[in-house]
Amino acid sequence: MIDQSPALILLAPFLLAIVLALLGIKREWLCFPLVIAGLAISVAASVVTLMRVIDEGTIQYFFGGWEPPFGINLRVDGLNALVALAVSTVSLLTAIYSKRAVPAETSDKVSQFYTLYLLSVTGLLGIVLTGDAFNLYVLIEISALTSYALIGMGSRRATLAAYKYLIMGTIGASFYLLGVGYLYIKTGSLNMYDIQEQIVANNLHSSPTIFVAFVVIMVGVWIKMAFFPLHSWLPNSYTYGPSTTSALLGPLVTKVMIYVMIRMILTVFSPEFAFDQLDWSNIVVWMSVIAILAASISALSQTSLQKMLAFLIIAEVGYMVGGVWLTDEMGMVGSIYHIIADAFMTLCVFLFAGIIFTKTGRRDLSAMEGLFTKMPLTMVGFLVGAFSLIGIPPTAGFFSKWYLIQGGISSGHYEYVAALLISSLINAVIFFRIIEIAYFGTKPAEGHGHHHNEEHKDGPKEASFSMLFPLLITAALLLGIGLYNQEVVAIITNFVSQFNIGAIIL
Amino acid sequence: MELFEALSTKFNYWIYIIIMMIGLYAMISKNNLVKKLIGMSIFQTAIILFYVSIGVKEGATIPILYHDQVHPSHGDSHHEADTGHGEDHHPSHEEIVANLHIEPDDFGNPLPHVLMLTAIVVGVATLGVGLALTQKVYRDFGSIEESEILKSIKSAK
Repeated sequence: MIDQSPALILLAPFLLAIVLALLGIKREWLCFPLVIAGLAISVAASVVTLMRVIDEGTIQYFFGGWEPPFGINLRVDGLNALVALAVSTVSLLTAIYSKRAVPAETSDKVSQFYTLYLLSVTGLLGIVLTGDAFNLYVLIEISALTSYALIGMGSRRATLAAYKYLIMGTIGASFYLLGVGYLYIKTGSLNMYDIQEQIVANNLHSSPTIFVAFVVIMVGVWIKMAFFPLHSWLPNSYTYGPSTTSALLGPLVTKVMIYVMIRMILTVFSPEFAFDQLDWSNIVVWMSVIAILAASISALSQTSLQKMLAFLIIAEVGYMVGGVWLTDEMGMVGSIYHIIADAFMTLCVFLFAGIIFTKTGRRDLSAMEGLFTKMPLTMVGFLVGAFSLIGIPPTAGFFSKWYLIQGGISSGHYEYVAALLISSLINAVIFFRIIEIAYFGTKPAEGHGHHHNEEHKDGPKEASFSMLFPLLITAALLLGIGLYNQEVVAIITNFVSQFNIGAIIL
Repeated sequence: MELFEALSTKFNYWIYIIIMMIGLYAMISKNNLVKKLIGMSIFQTAIILFYVSIGVKEGATIPILYHDQVHPSHGDSHHEADTGHGEDHHPSHEEIVANLHIEPDDFGNPLPHVLMLTAIVVGVATLGVGLALTQKVYRDFGSIEESEILKSIKSAK
């Protein structure tokens, strides 16, 4: 069983998705326990795999016993073991949240929703674990196709948003596929590690074909991760979709695509090629500065909570892309740590937004009036997430920003450091505005005890346990990842140091 | 002359880029949601053309061994057995493999073609989801013209 742990991570949700598709339609009560069971196995297998990676180093899993480059393998190292654990944990927590939300929002399609949910998680986990470049494309499409359907189940606007996402997502994935084709022309291989070996062995770094492959893959991945000028599909998709969908896709899709970018740069093309030979670093860091500032300012101008959070995701993508392209070991470590931290903090605020939406049926900020007295526990969970997004210690968000800023300073990209600080300030403004509304209300003359009592009776009560539990667990995890940041960073540094990024002189 | 050579020897790549750009143009600029999906299909087909043309070699055939390639002297030995001069020798599998003279240049590369089977399936699935979403958009907004849908969203605000 232990040997099979990498495969179990994605096979558990995949097989249960099939079971659910067959049995779920007639027996709706079966859906929720099956989803939880599948994802719990996945989380357990991720934990086992991470432990094994820490003990033994890189694990290879050959499907059907066929060794690469002929067979398809899963290859787990310090980077993807951590990301896989984050992905499976986030999807489990969102699944717990969905217990009430899914029957309420998509009452006639519960089993279909959960089947797609499990398949989407399978796709995301597969992207993280696979060692095969073409398999990665297929898994990107699996997670994308299911997420179009998951978003499309939402309100009227959601269908149109899902359609736009479909068009943009297909362009992104197709560009990636094109890049894999160019890699195949030159190297004759599809296995990521074999491609790298072939590039080095045949000295292909100066080949224009490899250059085209890199450009096309990067553009494709940037579209899929909503890097600023290519982000137009994201805000509406995550705003109008069902709240469970937003809480699943919001934290995961963009982060998983950033993982793909890091994997492509570090493992397939090698950092010397990406950072040294191409000399793109300055341009991409400036692009990420623009992304951070533009997305943060757009977030500031939103009146809908979900849309504001969606723009914050785009700003966070800017953080991570910038951190990767700083060409600095600390920046790379910070980016990878931020993938994990950001997955949980985005989950935290999206769960909060989902709870508010199910309780009040509204998306605007004034829906949060007086919530501190009505839903104190929910607000505690939200506060931790908000503090993490602002970057207040000891939450995870503070430490990831700390590493990113250190990377920015040591590589001399002060514009990136400035953008990070400005964005943190804007986040502070955004979240303290929400806190103010939630604490004092929007209208100044509501201090009367009589009026207050009346409202207390009518207003929403504390969220149900199945919704509150994942929110508080996420908040606790954010504090935990923050307090134990050195342990997490040790794993990441161990992975990053083998690439010797610091030795690349620009 | 150089340009002519670049165009003529790699014309399959030029054609795939042209088709791809036609598809991209339709996806970006068309107002009708179904036309956008047609553009998306053209776009994906262009990539399939690209992959298929990677695997093609001039004068090559499908990567299947014919019977007389595996048993080159089979007909002869049979003939000899009939006339009673030859030995009744059946070569083992290893011997057959060792004696085979296969030139890789004689066969097309099957791998890119097989990959495209997957890509075609993905393309069909994407088109299906896209059409289903279009249908839902039509049911919700009563139109599949993007400008009209945006107008009705604005007026609803």
